[in-house]
Amino acid sequence: MPVYINSIGSVSAQRTFDNSIFLEEIVRYTDTVLEIITPNYKDYIPPAAARRMAKGIKMSTVSAKTAMTEAGMEEDEIDAIIVGTGLGCIGDSEKFVSDILDNDEQFLTPTRFIQSSHNTVAGQIALGMGCMGHNFTYVHSAISFESAVLDAKMLLENGEAKHILVGGVDELVDHHVNTHRLIGHIKQEPVETMSVLKSGTKGAIFSEGAHFFTLSSEKRPSCYAELLAVKTLNTLGENQVSGKTRSFLSENGIEPDAVDVIILGYNGDAEFDGYYDTLANALFKDAVQVYFKHLSGEFDTASGFGFWLGNKILKEQTIPDAVRMNSVATNSPKTVLIYNQYRGENHSLTLLRKC
Amino acid sequence: MGIISAIGNNVAENYASLIAGKKGISRISQIDTVHKDDIMVGEIADTNAVLEKQLGFAENEVSRTVLIGCIAANEAILNAGITDINDARTGMISGTTVGGMDKSEQYFYDYFDRPEVRQHITGLHAGDSTKKIAAHLGLEESFVTTISTACSSAANAIMLGARMIKSGQLDRAIVGGTDCLSKFTINGFKTLLILSDTYSSPFDEERKGLNLGEAAAYLVLESDALVQKEAKKVLGYVTGYGNANDAYHQTASSEHGDGAVLAMGKALKTAGLQPSDIDYVNAHGTATPNNDLSEGRALIRLFGKNVPEFSSTKASTGHTLAAAGGVEAVYSVLALQNDTIFPNLNYKTPMTEFDLEPITEVTKKPLRHVLSNSFGFGGNCSTLIFSKDKSLA
Repeated sequence: MPVYINSIGSVSAQRTFDNSIFLEEIVRYTDTVLEIITPNYKDYIPPAAARRMAKGIKMSTVSAKTAMTEAGMEEDEIDAIIVGTGLGCIGDSEKFVSDILDNDEQFLTPTRFIQSSHNTVAGQIALGMGCMGHNFTYVHSAISFESAVLDAKMLLENGEAKHILVGGVDELVDHHVNTHRLIGHIKQEPVETMSVLKSGTKGAIFSEGAHFFTLSSEKRPSCYAELLAVKTLNTLGENQVSGKTRSFLSENGIEPDAVDVIILGYNGDAEFDGYYDTLANALFKDAVQVYFKHLSGEFDTASGFGFWLGNKILKEQTIPDAVRMNSVATNSPKTVLIYNQYRGENHSLTLLRKC
Repeated sequence: MGIISAIGNNVAENYASLIAGKKGISRISQIDTVHKDDIMVGEIADTNAVLEKQLGFAENEVSRTVLIGCIAANEAILNAGITDINDARTGMISGTTVGGMDKSEQYFYDYFDRPEVRQHITGLHAGDSTKKIAAHLGLEESFVTTISTACSSAANAIMLGARMIKSGQLDRAIVGGTDCLSKFTINGFKTLLILSDTYSSPFDEERKGLNLGEAAAYLVLESDALVQKEAKKVLGYVTGYGNANDAYHQTASSEHGDGAVLAMGKALKTAGLQPSDIDYVNAHGTATPNNDLSEGRALIRLFGKNVPEFSSTKASTGHTLAAAGGVEAVYSVLALQNDTIFPNLNYKTPMTEFDLEPITEVTKKPLRHVLSNSFGFGGNCSTLIFSKDKSLA
């Protein structure tokens, strides 16, 4: 049974929350961490409720509502909610830990603890929609989002669900940023958005975001793409990337030269971008090459932005200049492959086709 | 399968403790918390130093969640007779809620001045514990992921493993969960006012809340084809599974257990079984006023007047959070293997709301199908059904 991506929603460091535009104007930064462009939450969430919500829940609500509206999906049509998140509502977790330490385990309130539960976003969305179906949350670094997509695909293919809300979300918070600076996972020097790939330095530019999609076994007029396959691997040597990608494509009956657009998770980390080079310089040197983390920043579910981008390219049939790595022409992209990894671990391959 | 909990460091010790009615509940000794005199916990006896030595980790290299996870996963691999973990399409799916929080909370402020503890910074990622356990097992180029749905995490990991084998994506899945005790969870549950100050007593009218515990438990699931190819002895079958959301409250269960009824119903449907086929229910039974009432009502809604024999083993182990579904999966398989129902300790007074009474003594009975419940925050309700023989389902 085919799996369709019928709608998309994004809250990111770019103006992606408006589905009517497509990276025509990008927001340029010169920094080492990027916050989301805050949507007008009042348009989506009653202010009284928003005050109690963690940022991750708010971003997710906006992103999920955007996707639901675009597909014309009624809340009671959703059979399952599946979320990927590296760290959940980490802002609340950090606050709860610092409150424990600062107050010697006294005077604590439960809200921060409750919102710290990794599945709080999926749970809150289910609660808000009254959705009593399958409700899973995946928390595995750079493949958190892909795990959620894989789960949704299985449910749809087995006829266990017809419409699923799938998303990825992560927050950017101080302690996390400060500690990751200590170990060099964040770049020391600010880099200008369009120069990220040329930085030549170690570490990435950290960010945050929420990307939600409706996946269905039924194609709707709003359809963006068909999800052909998704695969994740915990480890992979740089010299194995090409071979694994070939076998992934062949398992799905696709020749490498049938891939029109390759989306690569380059984040400008001189230490690990070589993984992407192995595909860009050989297997897909004649394909349209696209990157996105200079726009979205790096976070555990940044590949949700890559997935958003792949869908958008297939529906709009255009490739924004800001994401192009080469000048290969394409009139009508049909097949998009996304390859992502983080620090040489948690590799994912996702294959999309025009619907 | 493999397990480490407050009542034993392996499957045999856990079984012996269950049969002996041994409680693993005590005052906390390994975490310095101001609440140490107010709470009772299910703590694993071995210290990190002992576990590190046993596993060959350097001192303070990894979180306790990883250490106990490796102990249980090693036993599971050994018990399944696996010599080369990469000889089939093997995946690992682990459930955890705290991950490396034990170290994160300890070094939260120290990271800035003490480079020697910075190995724990990335441990805050829940998935980091799974990554390290998979690496310890030598699992490479494989499907490895982590589920965090609070106290149903391991049950959901088992469910995903079964589904991935069924859909032909994996030949073998190492599934379960691991969670160590931490100040984070102790204080979190303390703020929710659901920690008992004495031994927890599931399904008792006078129940005062739960005892937190720590544990890790993994099972090795294999496809029919792999079992046949290697002529392996099968311990039991995962025949039914279902996950549903209560969609009622972030932390509390609905009054009549709507999500639980749905999850149990889905599991029966997957297994192709009738309620009357279930011989024993290993209940979630946390001993909080809310859970036991909601779960008991759900059992009555599903089974009517014929609620099967049931017990909660959490009075023995404590509530091991994300690992609970794994721990109780191991116990469900042990129940099937030994045709034995394990006692619900500390039970005295029936609840006024219904006339359900758990099994309080070790009870011998032929068991074909055991149903195990795990419910978590965010309204997450999961049910697994384990069967002695697949052809019965």
